[in-house]
Amino acid sequence: MPRDFKPKIVSANDLFRGDVVYMNSGGGWTRRLAEAAIAHTAEEGETLMARAAPQQDRVVGPYLADVALDDDGRPFPTHFREKFRTRGPSTRPDLGKQAAHPERREPLAASGGI
Amino acid sequence: MYRYDEFDHDYVRARVSEFRDQTQRRIDGALTEDEYKPLRLMNGLYLQLHAYMLRVAIPYGTLSSRQMRTLATIAERWDEGYGHFTTRQNIQYNWTKLTDVGDILDALADVEMHAIQTSGNCIRNVTADHFAGAAADEIEDPRPTAELIRQWSTAHPEFAFLPRKFKVAVTGSPNDRAVTKAHDIGLRMVRGEGGAPGYEVIVGGGLGRTPMIGKVMRDFLPKDHLLPYLEAILRVYNLHGRRDNKYKARIKILVHETGIDDMRAQVEAEFERQMREEGGPVVAPDPEQVARIEAYFAPPALADLPERSETLETAMAEDAALARWVETNVAAHRAPGHAIVTVAVKGTGEAPGDATTAQMRALADLGERYSHDELRISHEQNVILPHVRKDDLPGVFAALRKAGLATANAGLITDIIACPGLDYCALATARSIPVAQDLSRRFAAPDRAKAIGEFTIKISGCINACGHHHVGHVGILGLEKSGIENYQITLGGDHTETMAIGERAGPGISAEEVGPAIERLVDAYLDVREDEGERFIDTYRRLGAEPFKAALYAAA
Amino acid sequence: MPLVTDTGFAPDDTPALVSLGTLPDAPEGAALDMPLDADPAAVAPHFDRLSLVVVPFPSFADGRGFSLARRLRALGYRGRLRAAGHLITDQFPFARFCGFDELSISDALAERQPEALWLAALSRAVPPFLQRRGKGWAA
Repeated sequence: MPRDFKPKIVSANDLFRGDVVYMNSGGGWTRRLAEAAIAHTAEEGETLMARAAPQQDRVVGPYLADVALDDDGRPFPTHFREKFRTRGPSTRPDLGKQAAHPERREPLAASGGI
Repeated sequence: MYRYDEFDHDYVRARVSEFRDQTQRRIDGALTEDEYKPLRLMNGLYLQLHAYMLRVAIPYGTLSSRQMRTLATIAERWDEGYGHFTTRQNIQYNWTKLTDVGDILDALADVEMHAIQTSGNCIRNVTADHFAGAAADEIEDPRPTAELIRQWSTAHPEFAFLPRKFKVAVTGSPNDRAVTKAHDIGLRMVRGEGGAPGYEVIVGGGLGRTPMIGKVMRDFLPKDHLLPYLEAILRVYNLHGRRDNKYKARIKILVHETGIDDMRAQVEAEFERQMREEGGPVVAPDPEQVARIEAYFAPPALADLPERSETLETAMAEDAALARWVETNVAAHRAPGHAIVTVAVKGTGEAPGDATTAQMRALADLGERYSHDELRISHEQNVILPHVRKDDLPGVFAALRKAGLATANAGLITDIIACPGLDYCALATARSIPVAQDLSRRFAAPDRAKAIGEFTIKISGCINACGHHHVGHVGILGLEKSGIENYQITLGGDHTETMAIGERAGPGISAEEVGPAIERLVDAYLDVREDEGERFIDTYRRLGAEPFKAALYAAA
Repeated sequence: MPLVTDTGFAPDDTPALVSLGTLPDAPEGAALDMPLDADPAAVAPHFDRLSLVVVPFPSFADGRGFSLARRLRALGYRGRLRAAGHLITDQFPFARFCGFDELSISDALAERQPEALWLAALSRAVPPFLQRRGKGWAA
């Protein structure tokens, strides 16, 4: 891994539910950061973004976000904005991903039409 | 209150189908996200950090109990059991799903409400004095004007893709409770020669990255010239407003760069052109429709009462909490024996402006029972009961206590304005709500808050200034510095008719330092003020910023 | 590059456009490429000689063309008025209201937003303010 490259993941919001999703290694989307595909180089980042681009019918606004890796190689957010996105409002621990609402853990494919 | 006619009903309903259709085209790919975004924004739908957010208009802040109940139902059925009242008299739902929006908009249409033009680069929801039609100091009710502007601006085909958003506020009182000087256009109702009603037209105010106080474009505009004049301002802005930089795209920058005199000349020329048009200006108000609107805002039939209520006086003598609440949260009504009640939607440690489903329902009940079926939302994120008999105040207070809405802090240091900040907002650079909550706990003691007196703290979580920090006596702006939240303090702002932009006190401080720093500032103020009647802002104007900067930055 | 009209797509028949600078020398029936930042009053003396005025839309989010069109009409231009560039179907009725007769869009856009969508857009609800005055989308 080039020394000056910070590992990255692709994040976006689900088109239908609006909640935070991450691209997984299959090019699909997961609601768990732990399952996100990690880009270790700029080229890998570009590849992930290229896979996201044609998925306008599933997600909104995909972008590369910095992550750090724990000892097991799992990503965690480095910026506080991304930290909030993995959790939900800091003032309402009962809401958002942090609330472990089973309904919000549904896979993206379950999203319906209008 | 205004009631929809057939045209309004059909149109609002049609807009729901239109939105469903636009969303379907977004999903099908006929519309790209870039193309869909302004369309959804013009229907109040944002995409925030954790979910879509739907911003529903409460035109000029007025709503009925039935409408409030619908707002509660939406929170319960499609959201997470609460809504957030905003500084622009809207309500926001933070957990909206795209697939539910059509149904929510239909539920709103059932009670003559909508989310049209609550966002987007268009003429936004028109705001007005929240004491309209009730205030003792009012020249004329501003709401018929606001409603006329709402009708004119709704889906105005020429002005749907302006350089940037465009906000209009109207006040009918010399005491400006509608922050008119911080709007793209502020209208103040005035009397001309012979007592003819008209407007002072203020243009180019705004907060955000470059705060500016609006400048007077016209001292006196006759009432029936309003729409052609607005049309002239908007046309000049649409043609010449900057489109190369979104931070320079508001009309305040055009006014600043063009100069108010040149700008006025352009607007007056455009206005004159319309006045010369054959058959008069296309948008000259239709007198019948104006009369129809005005009739809807006729004052409610209030009972003939003595100014002094013995019932209230007796109750206050027995209940100190009631007396304190009446002192802070009750304002003078124009009708004897009546009062305007401000319900604080910001109890100790709560998020300013957040109301639960149960609270909204309690407020709806109170509006129906005690306030002629009318409620208001203020830009201070409170709810107003505009027409309450003084005899009923003890009953209102008891009911508010039960609903957790009886905090006696209107206008006091804990009557804090805060935007949603980084807990919700995709644009935010730092959190606002936790700072407000911390301050509200620190100053919760009622006697201390009362001793401090009138004191406004306004908090924004980014430079866009939705929390009006520039015009708070103390403003707090949340930014990011080297990867952590950092807060800049401004001092000496004023949101009223004597508007002033606060001055930056010095370098930003960390989140944990904000509370202690504000406590030191308040202590310093209590030390140096001349007497209890001298408000913080008066002391600040007398002594300047230095003593307060010293207190803020005193080594902890 | 199809034209979008009230009756659907039509083949583009644009003649060579003249610029504002060469307008005084342009022949009878000329078609003008109207710059967005020009004062329409400067064009007014030439209205009678123009068969077409084309107003550019560099982006659908740039609404200057709507105001420019209204000014041209208010100044008395009665010839064909065309909006050319990036507009979306939702804006078609707005463009008609402001005085445009037709739009010129790219092939790619026409493919993504086919004829039926443009025609459907014209039956969008007219805002109440206009309806009460008996107005529809067409100015």
